[in-house]
Amino acid sequence: MQAIGNFDELKKYREGLVSARDPKRKVVAVCTGTGCKAYKCDDLASALEAEVVKQGLSDKVEIVPTGCHGFCERGSLLVIYPDDIFYQKVSVDQAAEVVSKTLANGEILEELLYEDPVTGKKIVKESDIPFYKHQQQLLFGPGRRIRPTEIDDYLALGGYEGLAKVLSEMKPDEVVELILKSGLRGRGGGGFPTGVKWRTCRDAPGDTRYVICNADEGDPGAYMDRSLLEGNPHSVIEGMIIGAFAIGSDQGYIYVRNEYPLAVSNVHVALDQAREAGLLGENILGTGFSFDMRVSRGGGAFVCGESTALMASLEGFVGEPRAKYVHTVEHGLYDKPTNLNNVETWANVPLIVNKGVDWYTSIGTGDVSKNPWGGSKGTKIFSLVGKVKNTGLVEVPMGISLRKIIYDIGGGVPDDRAFKAVQTGGPSGGCLPESFLDQPVDFDELSRAGSMMGSGGMIVMDDRTCMVDVARYFVKFLLDESCGKCVPCREGNRRMLEILTRICSGQGVLSDLDLLERLSRSMMRGSLCALGQTAPNPVLSTLRHFRHEYEAHIVDHRCPAAVCRPLITYTINDECNGCTLCKRVCPQKAISGEKKKFHVIDQDKCDQCGVCIQSCKFDAIDVA
Amino acid sequence: MTPDMQQTQEILERYPHDREQLIQVLQEVNRTYNYLPPEALRKVAEGLGVPLASVYGVARFYGAFSLEPRGRNIVQVCEGTACHVRGASGVGDEFKRLLGLGETGGTTEDMEFTVVGVNCVGACALGPVVIANGEYHGHLRANKVGKLVRNMRKKD
Repeated sequence: MQAIGNFDELKKYREGLVSARDPKRKVVAVCTGTGCKAYKCDDLASALEAEVVKQGLSDKVEIVPTGCHGFCERGSLLVIYPDDIFYQKVSVDQAAEVVSKTLANGEILEELLYEDPVTGKKIVKESDIPFYKHQQQLLFGPGRRIRPTEIDDYLALGGYEGLAKVLSEMKPDEVVELILKSGLRGRGGGGFPTGVKWRTCRDAPGDTRYVICNADEGDPGAYMDRSLLEGNPHSVIEGMIIGAFAIGSDQGYIYVRNEYPLAVSNVHVALDQAREAGLLGENILGTGFSFDMRVSRGGGAFVCGESTALMASLEGFVGEPRAKYVHTVEHGLYDKPTNLNNVETWANVPLIVNKGVDWYTSIGTGDVSKNPWGGSKGTKIFSLVGKVKNTGLVEVPMGISLRKIIYDIGGGVPDDRAFKAVQTGGPSGGCLPESFLDQPVDFDELSRAGSMMGSGGMIVMDDRTCMVDVARYFVKFLLDESCGKCVPCREGNRRMLEILTRICSGQGVLSDLDLLERLSRSMMRGSLCALGQTAPNPVLSTLRHFRHEYEAHIVDHRCPAAVCRPLITYTINDECNGCTLCKRVCPQKAISGEKKKFHVIDQDKCDQCGVCIQSCKFDAIDVA
Repeated sequence: MTPDMQQTQEILERYPHDREQLIQVLQEVNRTYNYLPPEALRKVAEGLGVPLASVYGVARFYGAFSLEPRGRNIVQVCEGTACHVRGASGVGDEFKRLLGLGETGGTTEDMEFTVVGVNCVGACALGPVVIANGEYHGHLRANKVGKLVRNMRKKD
C-alpha cells in the first residue's frame, strides 16, 4: 500500500475500505490462535476456503482466519457473521457440510452446536453461550474478527484512529493526563498506575527515551498476552506509538518470548505494514513525529519479565535484576529514561483514547478521579485453566466475582469433583479457598485476600489437587528460574524446596511449618526483586488456607488428595473382573492375577506411577 | 565430528556487529546445530566483539540454549501449572523411565531422544501437553507414553 500522508488521507482510506465491503456477505471467522492450531485449525480454514470456491460462493462468503477466540476447550471454533452462529469442535472433514448446508442454505448443523452442560440444550448464537455472555471483550473482541496480518482489517474497524486523534488534537502532556485520569493500571502484575509511570518518564531529564512492550509472558498457565499479540498486533503497536508520543520517545522495543513463534512472526508482519502505511517510522502521518521499533526475542528466562532484568537482556547481557531504588523510568535501557508496559496495558491505550475517560472509568471498581490507586478500571483478561470445564481466555470487567468467572463462564469443575482452590497471580500469587469465591476480582481485593492479580493466570484446583504439592511445584519453578544474584532468593527457595519435598514424602515435622514461615519473611524482606520477594506467597497462602493438608502429610503420613507418591497406595477393589489389562501395562510388574480372576498389587514393587488406574476400564482401582 | 562453522559465519553476517544482537544470534546458532557447539561460541564472541566468558555466561543463563548436543527426537514436557495439576509429572516420569533417563531428563546414549521439561507452552486446554518434535500431543496420560515413544522411534 502507499504511505498515508496525513489525517484526511487516513480517513478517506478507511472509508474506502468500509464501503468496499459488502455488508450482506457472510464472514466466517475461524480461530487460528496457537491453542486451536493444535486442533489443526489451519487445515480447517483452508478446507473451508477451498469449499467456498468449489461451491461457487466466493461472492457471498468470506473465510477469515482470525486471532484467538478464547474458548480453547472447544477448538476448532468458527463463528458465522452476521448471524452469529457458533460452531465448535469442527473437524476438517466437516468443512464441506458447513459450506453446503449452513453457508449456502442457512441450515444449522446440530452436531456442531454448543450444548449447555446444565440444561442440555443446544445453543446456536455465540452471544447466548454462557462462556461468552458474561464476558466483556473490549480488547479481545476486535482480534476475533480480523486477520492479524492484514492492516486493512484493523483499519476498517477503526484502527489507528486513536493515534490520529492524539497526533492531530492533543499535546503529549494531555495524553499523559488522559491515561492518568483513566485509572489504567499495569496489567503485567504490579498494578502500578500507567499514567504515573508515563508522567515520571516524560519528566525525567535527557533527550533519548525508550518505550518497551513486555511480552515475556512467563507465568505458567497464562497465555493471554500471547493471544493478544498474535491475534491483534496492531492494537499493541498503536498503543505503543501513542505512548511514545506522550513520553517523547523515538525508539521502542517489543521483548517477546521466543517460545511464541506465531506472535513473533505476526508482530514482524504488522510492523512492516505499519511502516509501509506511514504509521510508523519517520514523519508519522505527516506530523513530523518519528518513532520506530524493534523486536527482540527472549532467551527463555522467567526473571526477564522483571523490568530491569528485561532491559539487561535487551542489551545482550544475562537477565539479572538490579536494586529498585534506581528507577527505570529515569535510568533504564542504556541508562536512559525508559517506559515499560505489558502487552495488555498497551492494548488498552487506543481504547481509552477513542472512547474517553468517562466511558473507561465507568467499567471496574473504586474511584480514580483523585487518586490513580483508588480503584481498578477497565477489563482484565484471565487465562482460566486447570480443573475447569471451559478452559480458555476470558475478558471480564474488573470487580466481577471469582465465582462468576469459575462457574458462570468456566462452567465449574469437571467430572463432578469438588472445587478446592483457585490460584491467581502465577508463582507470585496465592491459592484462595471456596470461602473467597465471592471476592470481587481487582488489584486491591486480591492482594488483601493474600493472593494477587498478577498477569492473569487463574488455575482452578479440585479435591484431587494436593496443596502442599502445588506449593512445592511453584517453589521448584522459582528455584529453577531464580537468577542467583541475591542470596535470599537463591538459597531461600532451595531450602524451602527441601522442606516441602520432605513434607511431601512424609518425612516432615511440625516445626517445619514455622520454619517455612520464618524463611518466607526473610525472603520477602531481603530479596532484590519481586521474584524473590513474592516467592513465598504460594507457600504462605496454602499454609494460611490449607494448613490441615500440611498437617495430614506430617502427622498422619497421608496425602488427602492422593497426589504425593510416597504417601499413597493403589489397591484393587471388587469391580475387578480379571481382564488382565493392568497386569500387562504395569511398568513395575507389580500386579498379579489370572484371567477372569481378582488381581492384586504387590505394594513392595508398586512405585505409584498410576498407569494402572489410567488404563482400568472398570473403575476397579482405588487410590488413597 | 566438528560442526561446520560456515553456518555460524552466515548467521553472523545477517546481524549488525552489536552486543544487543547476542541473544538473537545464539538463538539462530542453537536452532541450526540443535545446540551451541564450543567453536560456534568462540566465533560469535569474535564476530560481535563480546568476551568469550560473557557469551558463555549468556549461553548458560537462558533456558533456550543447550551446551550439550541433543537427540534426534526432542520431547518437551510442558510443566505449566495447568498441566501439573492434571498430572504432567507422571507423564514426564514415564518418558524418563522408558528411555532410561535420570530424574532431570536429558539425552539418551544413542542420541535418539532428548527429554526436557519446559515452561508453560500456553496450550492449557490440552493439558497435560507434550510437544514431540514440534507436534502437540494433548491430554497425554502416562499409559499413552509407550506408544508415542515407539512411533517416534519408527519415523526417520
